[in-house]
Amino acid sequence: MKTLAPATEQARYIGQSLARPNALRLAEGRGTYVDDIELPRMVHVVYWRSPVAHAHIVKIDASFARMMPGVVAVVDGPQMAKICKPWVATLTHLAGMKSAPQYPLAMDRACWQGEPVVAVVANTRVEAEDALQYLVVEWEALPALIETETALDAGSIVIHPQLGDNLCFTRSLDTGGVDAAFASADAVAEVTFQFGRHTGVTLEPRCQISDYNPSEKRLTVHHSQQAPHMMQDLYSRQFGIPESQIRVICKDVGGSFGIKVHAYPDDFATVALSVLLERPVKFVTDRLESFTSDIHARQHRVTGRIAANKSGEILAFEIDDLTGIGPYSMFPRTSAIEGNQVVNLVGGPYRHQQYRAKLNVVFQNKAPTCQYRGVGHPIACAVTEGLVDAIAQKLAIDPLVIRQQNVIRDDAYPMTATSGIKLEGLSHQQCLDKIAVMMDYPALRAEQAALQKRGIYRGIGIAALIELTNPSAAFYGVGGARISAQDGATIRLEPTGAITVMVGVGEQGQGTEAIFAQIAADAVGVSMELVRVVTGDTDVTPYGGGTWASRGAGIGGEAVLQAGLALQKNIVGVASVILKRDVSEIALVNDAIVEISSGQSLMPLAELGRVAYFRPDSLPAGFNAELMVTRHYAQRDYPFIFTNGVQASLVEVDVDTGFVKLLKHWVVEDCGRVINPMLVDEQMRGAVVQGIGGALFEECLYDDAGLLQNGNMADYLVPMAAEMPDIEVAHVETPTKTSKLGAKGAGEAGTAGAPAAIMNAINDALSPFNTTVYSQPITPQKILRALGKV
Amino acid sequence: MKAPAFDYVKPHSLAEVFPLLQQYGDEARLLAGGQTLLATLNMRLSEPSVLVDLSAITELRGLTLAGAMLRIGAMVTHSEIEASALVAQHAPLLPLAAPHIAHRAIRNLGTLGGSIAYADPAAEWPTCLLALDGVVVAKSATGERRIRADDFFVDLYTTTLLPGEIIVACEFPVASANHWCDFDELARRHGDYAIVGLAGAGQRSENTLAQVRLVFLGLGATPLRALQAEGVVKSQPLTASLINQAVAALKNELSAVGDLTSDAATKMHLAGVLLKRMLMKQMQSKNA
Ligand SMILES: Cc1cc2nc3c(=O)[nH]c(=O)nc-3n(C[C@H](O)[C@H](O)[C@H](O)COP(=O)(O)OP(=O)(O)OC[C@H]3O[C@@H](n4cnc5c(N)ncnc54)[C@H](O)[C@@H]3O)c2cc1C
Repeated sequence: MKTLAPATEQARYIGQSLARPNALRLAEGRGTYVDDIELPRMVHVVYWRSPVAHAHIVKIDASFARMMPGVVAVVDGPQMAKICKPWVATLTHLAGMKSAPQYPLAMDRACWQGEPVVAVVANTRVEAEDALQYLVVEWEALPALIETETALDAGSIVIHPQLGDNLCFTRSLDTGGVDAAFASADAVAEVTFQFGRHTGVTLEPRCQISDYNPSEKRLTVHHSQQAPHMMQDLYSRQFGIPESQIRVICKDVGGSFGIKVHAYPDDFATVALSVLLERPVKFVTDRLESFTSDIHARQHRVTGRIAANKSGEILAFEIDDLTGIGPYSMFPRTSAIEGNQVVNLVGGPYRHQQYRAKLNVVFQNKAPTCQYRGVGHPIACAVTEGLVDAIAQKLAIDPLVIRQQNVIRDDAYPMTATSGIKLEGLSHQQCLDKIAVMMDYPALRAEQAALQKRGIYRGIGIAALIELTNPSAAFYGVGGARISAQDGATIRLEPTGAITVMVGVGEQGQGTEAIFAQIAADAVGVSMELVRVVTGDTDVTPYGGGTWASRGAGIGGEAVLQAGLALQKNIVGVASVILKRDVSEIALVNDAIVEISSGQSLMPLAELGRVAYFRPDSLPAGFNAELMVTRHYAQRDYPFIFTNGVQASLVEVDVDTGFVKLLKHWVVEDCGRVINPMLVDEQMRGAVVQGIGGALFEECLYDDAGLLQNGNMADYLVPMAAEMPDIEVAHVETPTKTSKLGAKGAGEAGTAGAPAAIMNAINDALSPFNTTVYSQPITPQKILRALGKV
Repeated sequence: MKAPAFDYVKPHSLAEVFPLLQQYGDEARLLAGGQTLLATLNMRLSEPSVLVDLSAITELRGLTLAGAMLRIGAMVTHSEIEASALVAQHAPLLPLAAPHIAHRAIRNLGTLGGSIAYADPAAEWPTCLLALDGVVVAKSATGERRIRADDFFVDLYTTTLLPGEIIVACEFPVASANHWCDFDELARRHGDYAIVGLAGAGQRSENTLAQVRLVFLGLGATPLRALQAEGVVKSQPLTASLINQAVAALKNELSAVGDLTSDAATKMHLAGVLLKRMLMKQMQSKNA
């Protein structure tokens, strides 16, 4: 691998596999998660949630519940609506998108099983749950719309009559020559893919403490959340409280995956309760209500077609995507983004010239869906790569070869892909070549053929992918959502020579604070032990977007780098004054001011700190030591900085039982500059496992009435260690030129590619039987059915 | 969720348990390893007013040989059974099945008595008890009853244990020199209750199995014996065609109840695969 020039003059930490400084604290159980926080006079809320998919709320009788010990209040939707405005989650750049007003608690109608309807507040959680059992809610079931397939039919109920129909958003894209390309092609393949609705199961559930202090008219919210400033803005607007009077604190967050980047009705309800009761209110979702109240994702049916000529040249893709998003578009990012991404991303790695896509996003009476790790990529990648394998098989071309033949050339960038997305610089060819070596592709194929003769059916699946990271304002800001695309970092030199780094991007368990410390240490020229990183507090950090869309390293990291370099410059300036040396002769290296010519240490940083802070009288008149600097960064050159990679999976299918054994998984990824290889590897592995979850295990199963049948950890199958393969990760580094750091995102690509690689591997294993499975999760039963055994 | 309030008592002898059961009747629940019970309390699926913790009662512990029977106390944990040399020698089916029960942390707490009493149709111990023709030893204030496994599991989570009765032990016939047993199951994730599983036991001579008992877990409301399939293989030299006949007999006699991701047809197909594989393995090991 060619090595990159270092991002900073001193490169002690960037690029090293270093353990996360915060890992020990968390491993020792000394983190501060929201549920660890106890505030004086704090009360607890539980929500009565709709037990059915669609119901008219006739009457709420709280008289018995109010008599229960410890009960403080029982509050319903209309009471809350008096202090919290409803919202409609649409984005103006998604033309024609519509949704209905949504309130913190259902007003007179609940639209999904799990929608919060009544809040019961008590001194303890147990008392609140006890009282909940005595709350009498009278409701009448309404006809529910469950299937996406019938959502647009004339006879179907319209969930929000004022919208006219159940269509939330629709989009078409057509390059114009698709029909001609298909007509002239030597081979065409068509596949219908099904993707099961699933969710991101965070170890720590969603939770919040809302603390309204009426004397100061000030709201403090402790939140397990990814975007503190976004929540500050939303609370401000919905409650009419000035944002300067709102502080959102996100200390330790136990996993988020996108689940915690949305504004949920119960978030607003909990704030409303605190305002009404004038005391802190804690809300912690329990696991059972997580399954019906957290966002779901990825329920899509996509029919795709691919055209190619005999030589293997891919000419065109065409897709028709239907996705069901629940009864409301989710606030504030909206539920149309996932489908929109599918349209943008299908065919992304390839050089075909023609593409047509149709997307329908429809309402239904199930839990709302929204952005979950990978957002649309796992769908787009599975569709693209499934189609590529299908056409390769028709043409009898090796799956690796057809990809090598068709990917956009590494020297073709920057360029605009056929769907219109702008690509700055990718490395598909290098990645494919590298993975072929890593997995010893020819040997694997030989082994596969030999084993097949003995009745052992192994399959190899490959998936090339692109992944959108480092978003500009094109994602949300231009559509009117007040979600910051820029981020900031403040770095302060402490008198002892330590530095404190405050960043708008937070830590969710992925190691963000560790890489910020690495970057800051190199940029300033101090040891990493002397770096303290503070995130997750709107009162303290610069304004920023937070953690989502794989932006933490690329956007937040660049802000840290720029702030660090600026601070270093200021420190050298102070040193030059103290030492009476020209700035060109001295530098800050390893915690000391050194003479560049000799390398000799002139003054430890601690001495500089002492003079600057405690003896400013010794500095020349009019000179101010500016030892705290802030820099901001927004990526403005491209809508997104795409990354790329390739994954491969080796599976063995037991054709008698339909069971799939995952034998091995390979990843070659290109996230630009790798700041901490260990953390990137961990992100890849974790994300691959989550992708495997969707491919083989996870699905929110609803019955015909719209009731979730497996909303618990026994029946909803998250991927577990015993079934996971070894995951080998390698890197190619194509830094983005849009920043000095050159880092792109790494958090989601694993999830994007794994389902495609697994699905292709299974279908490769099944190829001797001339059958395929394109419905995820791929269960043993689906495989047995494909084999005609059941 | 949080469990509703309950009282808790921890008796130190069996004699103390019975009056408690009499006093509280339906309102009392015996607490063994708590691996099933505590989850149902937390989910408020069950709201007993008192839990009677059995963990301090030494009479419910211990693994002993009693004549032709291996006696395992109700409070012996899954892990203890898994690790016991005595069990490995005299009831080798049990350590074959044990690793399939949940995960280590659960096996360290979950007990034989709890599993037998709960009678989950997909649980391993009830299936093994039935396959080994074991006996449930139950005690009440009025005395002791010995109930054959064949008569114990009657419906979903339902046994013939009477109110006021408690399981004190299970007894397993000691394995003879020509004892044959095997266990296999199909679970999508290791440690989950399986889609379907099979425990087989009997006597072996050469390529022939006698007194065969074939018991499936996960198919119906209780562990299910495949009597016709047993009849096909019983005392006949194992051949591929005999095995196919046994599978056909199984599909003829039993029907399955589907679950969320495997319907009845899938389960019956998988049951047939398990049976075929178990018998083929036996046939091949004898031919080898
Ligand atoms: C995640 C998970 C996975 C699991 N997977 C499996 C699995 O794959 N296979 C499997 O077999 N089990 C599984 N289990 C269940 C586990 O094995 C339980 O331990 C077992 O079923 C119950 O045993 P216990 O000692 O925990 O009983 P408890 O939970 O304490 O009690 C269960 C019931 O039995 C009653 N009871 C207990 N002891 C007696 C007694 N001596 N006499 C009369 N009644 C009594 C109790 O009153 C209660 O109603 C799993 C559990 C969990 C949490």
